Amino acid sequence: MNLYDFTIEELSQKLSRKEISSEELTRVCLKRIHETQKQLNTFITITEEAALETAKRVDKIRLKGEKLSPLAGIPIALKDIFLTKGIRTTCASRILDNFIPPYDCTVYEKLKENDTVLLGKLNQDEFAMGSSNENSHFGSSRNPWDLERTPGGSSGASAASVAARQCMGSFGTDTGGSIRQPASMCGVVGIKPSYGRVSRYGIIAFASSLDQVGPFGKSVKDVAYLLKAVAGYDAKDSTSVPVPVPDYISCLKKDVKGLKIGIPKEYFIQGLQKSVEHAVQGAIDVIKKLGADIKEISLPHTQYAIPTYYLVATAEASSNLARYDGVKYGYRAKADTLKDMYQKTRGEGFGTEVKRRIMLGTFVLSSGYYDAYYKKASQVRTLIKKDFDDAFKTCDLIVTPTAPTTAFKLGEKMDDPLQMYLSDLFTISTNLAGLPGLVLPCGFDEKNLPIGLQILGPHFKEERMFQLGYAYEQATEWHKRTYPV
Amino acid sequence: MHITKELIHHLAKLALLELTSEEEKRYASELDSLIGYFEKLQEVDTSHVQPTYHVVPLRNVLRPDEAKKTFGITDLMSVVPLHEEGAIKVPKIIDIE
Amino acid sequence: MTTYESVIGLEVHAQLKTKSKIFCSCSTEFDAKENENTCPVCTGMPGSLPVLNKTAVDYAIKMALATHCQVNETSIFARKNYFYPDLPKNYQISQYDRPLAIDGHVEIASDGHVKKVRLIRIHMEEDAGKNIHGTIASYVNLNRAGIPLIEIVSQPDMRSAKEASAYLRELRSMVRYLNVCDGNMEEGSFRCDVNISLRPEHQKEFGTRAEIKNINSFRFVEKAIEYEFERQKEILEGGGKVIQETRLWDSEKNRTISMRSKEEAHDYRYFPEPDLLPLMIDSSWIQEVKETLPELGQEKKRRFMSDYGLSEYDAALLTLEQDLALYYEEAVLISKNPKLTCNWILSELLREFDSANIASCKISSKHLGELVQLIDAGTISGKIAKEIFSKMLTTGQPPQKIVESEGLTQVLDEKLIETWVDDVLKENKEFVDKYKAGQQKLFGFFVGQVMKKSQGKANPARVNELLKQKLA
Repeated sequence: MNLYDFTIEELSQKLSRKEISSEELTRVCLKRIHETQKQLNTFITITEEAALETAKRVDKIRLKGEKLSPLAGIPIALKDIFLTKGIRTTCASRILDNFIPPYDCTVYEKLKENDTVLLGKLNQDEFAMGSSNENSHFGSSRNPWDLERTPGGSSGASAASVAARQCMGSFGTDTGGSIRQPASMCGVVGIKPSYGRVSRYGIIAFASSLDQVGPFGKSVKDVAYLLKAVAGYDAKDSTSVPVPVPDYISCLKKDVKGLKIGIPKEYFIQGLQKSVEHAVQGAIDVIKKLGADIKEISLPHTQYAIPTYYLVATAEASSNLARYDGVKYGYRAKADTLKDMYQKTRGEGFGTEVKRRIMLGTFVLSSGYYDAYYKKASQVRTLIKKDFDDAFKTCDLIVTPTAPTTAFKLGEKMDDPLQMYLSDLFTISTNLAGLPGLVLPCGFDEKNLPIGLQILGPHFKEERMFQLGYAYEQATEWHKRTYPV
Repeated sequence: MHITKELIHHLAKLALLELTSEEEKRYASELDSLIGYFEKLQEVDTSHVQPTYHVVPLRNVLRPDEAKKTFGITDLMSVVPLHEEGAIKVPKIIDIE
Repeated sequence: MTTYESVIGLEVHAQLKTKSKIFCSCSTEFDAKENENTCPVCTGMPGSLPVLNKTAVDYAIKMALATHCQVNETSIFARKNYFYPDLPKNYQISQYDRPLAIDGHVEIASDGHVKKVRLIRIHMEEDAGKNIHGTIASYVNLNRAGIPLIEIVSQPDMRSAKEASAYLRELRSMVRYLNVCDGNMEEGSFRCDVNISLRPEHQKEFGTRAEIKNINSFRFVEKAIEYEFERQKEILEGGGKVIQETRLWDSEKNRTISMRSKEEAHDYRYFPEPDLLPLMIDSSWIQEVKETLPELGQEKKRRFMSDYGLSEYDAALLTLEQDLALYYEEAVLISKNPKLTCNWILSELLREFDSANIASCKISSKHLGELVQLIDAGTISGKIAKEIFSKMLTTGQPPQKIVESEGLTQVLDEKLIETWVDDVLKENKEFVDKYKAGQQKLFGFFVGQVMKKSQGKANPARVNELLKQKLA
């Protein structure tokens, strides 16, 4: 067994028993990155020197016998949407190609407090807009299970880098499924926490009322460790909620017997890939055997989630992305007049999908259309949220497929934005309602491509999702399967 | 709702995006089909539904009025593309229609 | 010939005097180096997020209560989207359909009558930075970006430049009394846009209005309105139509000039700010602020009139500034003579100092009260009091001390005055004869001579009496 195949908990034990050093582990990861980067294109920036420096520093501290976080010395990587002071942060966009942030996001500050080792910044869809990681100024990253296929998006490389064992954990963001869909497509565990659980401060905004940060890992427990490190109230983010963070690890072993699990009938529709349906059905059977009560529920407004999501998200995005104008930072196009500079900077600096969404969002908010589109969508959002509120009156958790299909081929949906948007069907309602969602491997299709199970919970009930996810993981072997090298 | 090239042109002006005529054509047809699909929402009766803009039930998130220095002028200028004597330099502002 | 009347509404922006900016902890200090007071939030860095300043809300509520507005239980911040280099995020966080407060009024006194100007709303927003225009480039300074503002929007209730100016002065007095804004128009902490249209007298419908921006003094507000009245009148009389547009006040040429009509292209695409949660101001919060409200100018004026028996004109002058009003009341406490104290402040003190600037005066309110007391008691004459006053201005010494050290006490001694009177009459026999022959005007001459002999110390009343006796 390779060192990189161990879980964070196992590595943490090895580190604290001084069987290995963080430097050694970091070098293993860096070697792995160099071996696979060309095929996978997962990293935009590799911070090799800084990583080794941190690793050595943590090793020294450990030798002094100081008490360290379970994550100390563990090599991780961040989606290139997290601001890291002094380390280039591009959001996979030409417009931020040269941007070296002058401050740190709260998540990275917390990771530094935990003495994790940052290996570098990961590829993604530009400004997190996309479901395939193809909308990147730095080229698409690829799925380790099949290099012809997408790792999913927008946090595609965050999932792929964990699947390919380049790093021991990673962080991404999820606005409409951008953690869960790639986790599903790359066969790793990922969680989108409740809105307000993790600080958004210093994370480049796509759609402010939907964006949330979450980790990827090889196992439910790894993800629980990673989330614990970054979750919690932050006075710099007005939407962060002052609710204490439970000890996720100690919650894992709670019995799932008697948990009421809802299965929304609207998620088992035409167009759901047969093998995906089969795998999810199999998972539900396992959960039933574990002693949980399975019941069918209804989330009647599911069919309206895609229009609602794309109207709200693009409206917010059109405003959030107005600041990229060449005046204060980032790319500035050469021009004689100010207006020209604005238009050229933005025209040249943003990619096709980003401009498409800015146009859409501008339309949605513009005079004469606001009520029919933005306001209407915000009202339907209320109904979608209410569907979940009602459902959670009768069940503890909801289990669904994550994406209608396994990883699709690169280029397959690039010319049809609507088809691309429709692939987010099972993940976006969660963001509209601000709820948490956990994804973990539950099978493989006939092409040996991973399938992910999605567990949804009530607001701030991450520990309950971990509880079920862990029990399921213990009962199955799917998470142990690694991609064919 | 039909998305015309003129509307696309207007939106590009509002968003200050320079688009090629090909892009304009492309976005007109794509937005037309997207908006067409989004019309689906009109079937939902929302006459008595309050809109949701925030999903967390927080109110009055406030900070005390304390001045703190957290950032220096060098931090700012390290990212500004063009600056002179501490000010951000831009092409002469005449008017942005 | 049609007579026109102007219909005027004002939009006033007041910078709140908080220590830190509205959404970040940067200092609001006025004369910092360029871009010194900035941080990721107020420069619109990627990923930065706003957090609302509690004191800014308190101050806005204060103004809302003082103007009799109804404070909305829920108010919502919204983004106003437009591109400009001094607006780092390219949207301004403001309030739109749920402002902080609505439906208030302000009382103004103009041309001897009292009038209520109704307010539509007061909302909170962030200020923009400053653009400095060079010959080939422009320069952006973001120190001002994010300073809290309240915008006070009136109904179009004013009918003349004088009324508009009175309203503006009243608002300025209020923000200063409340200590929420320093009200400095020149430095731009208190700014005003004027909406003005004309209509024939007795017509109900409003005409098309023009909005005038860039007015940075009270005098210019009046001038701009007067100019705009004539301009629009000329258009209407010539059978033309006024166009709705934004115009700039050009203070060098005393005229308004058209900005390219940017209104048409503007579509601000307001929507609720997702990064800030709604503000809920309940009755206990309102009560808390209410308890901090001071007596405002209008109330104080009325009280001065009734308590001290001052004329409305005098009371208005004394209460224009809170510091001056306080100074007056402290002085009266000592002098026990409200009218004389008032006269001394209005005629002597305000000749030397601006009413807003009374704090820099070396004469304390206590000392002024003592001076008035000395006059009132007859210890010194009015003339000597003026001398003492000018010494107090430079030294800051108490009047009693100056009186003693310079021997300026008034001479009441009957014998001494009589000697001076006798001497004067002796030395001017010629004039005494003339006086007795009927030249009554010479009486003043004798008084002057006696006063001169006494070096101004003789009590003028006694001198008068004695002279009358001796010349009879």
